[in-house]
Amino acid sequence: MKLTVWTYEGPPHVGAMRVATGMTGLHYVLHAPQGDTYADLLFTMIERRDHRPPVTYTTFQARDLGSDTAGLFKSSCQDAYDRFKPEAIIVGASCTAELIQDDPGGLAETMGLDIPVIPLELPSYQRKENFGADETFFQIVRHLAKPMEKTKRVTCNLLGPTALGFRHRDDIQEITNLLYELGVEVNVTAPMTATPSDIAKMGQAHFNVLLYPETGEQAARYCERTFDQPYTKVVPIGTGATHDFIAEIRELTGSTAKLDTDRLRQTWWSRSVDSTYLTGKRVFIFGDGTHVKAAARIARDEMGFDVAGMGCYNREMARDIRAAAKDYGLEALITDDYLEVERAIEALQPEMILGTQMERHIGKRLGIPCAVISAPVHVQDFPARYSPQMGFEGANVIFDTWIHPLVMGLEEHLLHMFREDFEFHDAAGPSHHGGHAPKPMGPAAGEGGSMPAETAPPAPVNDNVIWLADAEKELKKIPFFVRGKARRNTETFAAEKGLNEISLDTLYEAKAHYAR
Amino acid sequence: MTSQMTPPPTLGCRQSPVLKQRGQREVFCGLTGIIWLHRKIQDAFFLVVGSRTCAHLLQSAAGVMIFAEPRFGTAILEESDLAGLNDAHAELDRTVSELLARRPDIRQLFLVGSCPSEVIKLDLNRAAERLTQEFAPKVRVLEYSGSGIETTFTQGEDACLASMVPVLPDTQVRELMVVGALPDVVEDQMLGLLADLGIGPVRVLPARNIDGELGVGSNTVFALTQPFLGDTHAALERRGARHLPAPFPFGEEGTTAWLAAIAKAFGVSQDLFDKVTEAPRRRARQAIAQAAAPLNAKSIFFFPDSQLEIPLARFLTRECGMTPIEVGSPYIHDALHGPDLDLLPAGPQISEGQDVDLQLDRCRAARPDLTVCGLGLANPLEAEGLSTKWAIELVFTPVHFYEQAGDLASLFARPLRRKDILGVAAE
Ligand code: SF4
Ligand code: SF4
Repeated sequence: MKLTVWTYEGPPHVGAMRVATGMTGLHYVLHAPQGDTYADLLFTMIERRDHRPPVTYTTFQARDLGSDTAGLFKSSCQDAYDRFKPEAIIVGASCTAELIQDDPGGLAETMGLDIPVIPLELPSYQRKENFGADETFFQIVRHLAKPMEKTKRVTCNLLGPTALGFRHRDDIQEITNLLYELGVEVNVTAPMTATPSDIAKMGQAHFNVLLYPETGEQAARYCERTFDQPYTKVVPIGTGATHDFIAEIRELTGSTAKLDTDRLRQTWWSRSVDSTYLTGKRVFIFGDGTHVKAAARIARDEMGFDVAGMGCYNREMARDIRAAAKDYGLEALITDDYLEVERAIEALQPEMILGTQMERHIGKRLGIPCAVISAPVHVQDFPARYSPQMGFEGANVIFDTWIHPLVMGLEEHLLHMFREDFEFHDAAGPSHHGGHAPKPMGPAAGEGGSMPAETAPPAPVNDNVIWLADAEKELKKIPFFVRGKARRNTETFAAEKGLNEISLDTLYEAKAHYAR
Repeated sequence: MTSQMTPPPTLGCRQSPVLKQRGQREVFCGLTGIIWLHRKIQDAFFLVVGSRTCAHLLQSAAGVMIFAEPRFGTAILEESDLAGLNDAHAELDRTVSELLARRPDIRQLFLVGSCPSEVIKLDLNRAAERLTQEFAPKVRVLEYSGSGIETTFTQGEDACLASMVPVLPDTQVRELMVVGALPDVVEDQMLGLLADLGIGPVRVLPARNIDGELGVGSNTVFALTQPFLGDTHAALERRGARHLPAPFPFGEEGTTAWLAAIAKAFGVSQDLFDKVTEAPRRRARQAIAQAAAPLNAKSIFFFPDSQLEIPLARFLTRECGMTPIEVGSPYIHDALHGPDLDLLPAGPQISEGQDVDLQLDRCRAARPDLTVCGLGLANPLEAEGLSTKWAIELVFTPVHFYEQAGDLASLFARPLRRKDILGVAAE
């Protein structure tokens, strides 16, 4: 039993729904109680989809349990077949149905439907949403894709995008265009945009582009084994990774097509003097493994940030992220416990968080700016405008998104100079965010904070250090966006020197010590 | 007490045939109630004993509304808990001890059953008794079911309140108990009105915290503010309390009728009643008149969701000039919904439960001007050119009593006004 407040991932059948909803012509018959229908709103509200997800829930009740839940499953399955006329059906159980052991796969098989029926085994009490998507996509490919003659021209499949994915819609477009410029056509993009008959044709591509390992890796491996299709290992998020991806494609295809990189503005935007203020900003990075790995590289090599901490919530990627973290001289935080992430951020006092919607809320509470880089998503992660994360346009989008929550260069100086101006004080927050004053640092307000009893005081590095009044006062004059860092550095400095009091002098000695 | 009231229809909906279909129901389970209950009862923690799905439901239904300190959580069952029930009980004890150690402010703990805990027959009643003994007198531990195999959406609140009734102290005082979780501001308005009518003492279930002087006995009379409290109604009657049946306090008419039923039971004079209610009634009528113009002569279709459908249909028909085509409710209790059904003129199809696909067929065929439905259906129907109102907003927004009557009308008017402003041709 594990006490959970907020979760990074839903149950595995929600992953299966992401696959089914991304596709067309596929229907999912899910043995589940009525309350599980809440999952529809993820797609219709958060992603603003204009159709219901293609899911039929059996919605069995307590009174059905003693009698005939299996019969109910069969009639739901038949109704779904008659009404929606899908090309193929996937069937499975949610956590509750798993316990009553009706075996949806076996039941559906006895019905003799004249379309492919794909059974899913998703262990709800062990695995989570990403696994559910990955496994479902794999089963669909395994059942439907047939060996085929390769296309005459060089083609590939794009693997991994699903409904409710973080910017999948736009990544598909960006990478399809990039590949086109390299002379490679996309054969099938799946699961998102594909029909079951498209899946059947996957085998005719020459290779696969694995966009999202979280949701497409099993299928990519299967295709490698079965259809002799190698798959790409670089995820093209960030300028450097996009160049590596292009090199990988050239290697796989022999393409020598020239690329026009005029659209890539991120490199100049980063080098231009206005961006100097980004140098060495301490960032904490958390999300799914793929996005975290990409974000860390961008943060250090393309933005000039200092990666102060990183980790991921999906254990499937733990090994990768641990190895990546080593490169940055860090120990990765692998956890799906929101409170643990909150504590890590609180202790590190980064100047910025690159995280998920969950970290955005942690940031709000702690007064630390945050940009969202990964699922779990919320409605604002589905913008109306084109905003991929991948490819050259993705690099531009990421640059803009990450600097948006920060106080801009000149403004930062002005805040230092006029910090006692009544309108221009630090608590007002960045001037381009009307009405979003970050909360001051310090003990979380009882009701407003999450889990206050546990995390109330901002953990000092060393509990034995006392801030003397004049030093404390001086600390308050430091603008909010560097105050956390100043406090932390000073406390570390004091601890190293074996001091148990921090005076004004200690503060400035620490400042000199850490000067860069 | 019916001065200036629209007379009841000659034929209401109480005897109308009810359409009952069985198929997929597109509704939340009772766990959802935790989202408003944990804000209302300030010293309570709601611990769902369930699966990752349950945790995900709570998070998704709550959205970012309350992404702050929640006084709820899910003890997620893992493979090892499914293996043996004894171990599961031990695990639950451990989880509760940790939780209570970390949250010393908690005085009431609700163990909330889910589908998985019920299917594996994890006896939360036994657990609650055991834990009460362990943590009394500081913490009281109760249990109820919010599972999707037993409860629908607002029935979770019903189950929660019903679980508190047996442990309420006995009282022989003649008291009014008002039952149903209301936003504090609305509750205060209601208490103000009752005080002005000279009715007292008034107790509220659920009380904001455990130290309230709430008791029950054969001299208790109670009024319900929410139409989904069937089990709580039964539990209170078992304790000897007497129910005051009335239309629910939505709109000017509903509020007046609701207050009138109480006033009558407490012998309030017509003069005093008129004096107290006159000004707020006038304000409510005026606010409705201003807000409801876009609703006049428009048709409306209710998918079953919160059990608020029947009283709301009554309000929208009689005070806003709408024509209901279908009024669906997950459950219909005659003792609770009867007075509203009496006032709702015969005509609309009344339906209980649902087969969502068949109901969608009827809705599409009827092409109502406004459809009240859950979040899963709203955007798809909008995309088909229908205007919708999400039902969940009705339980999260202050809509009861006089001062909110205008707001209630505007909740329904807004989608229609919006369509007008955006110049979307009504199809
Ligand atoms: S329907 Fe059952 S399993 Fe699903 S969220 Fe509700 S209680 Fe949990
Ligand atoms: S306005 Fe506020 S919430 Fe919106 S993106 Fe900027 S910082 Fe975030």
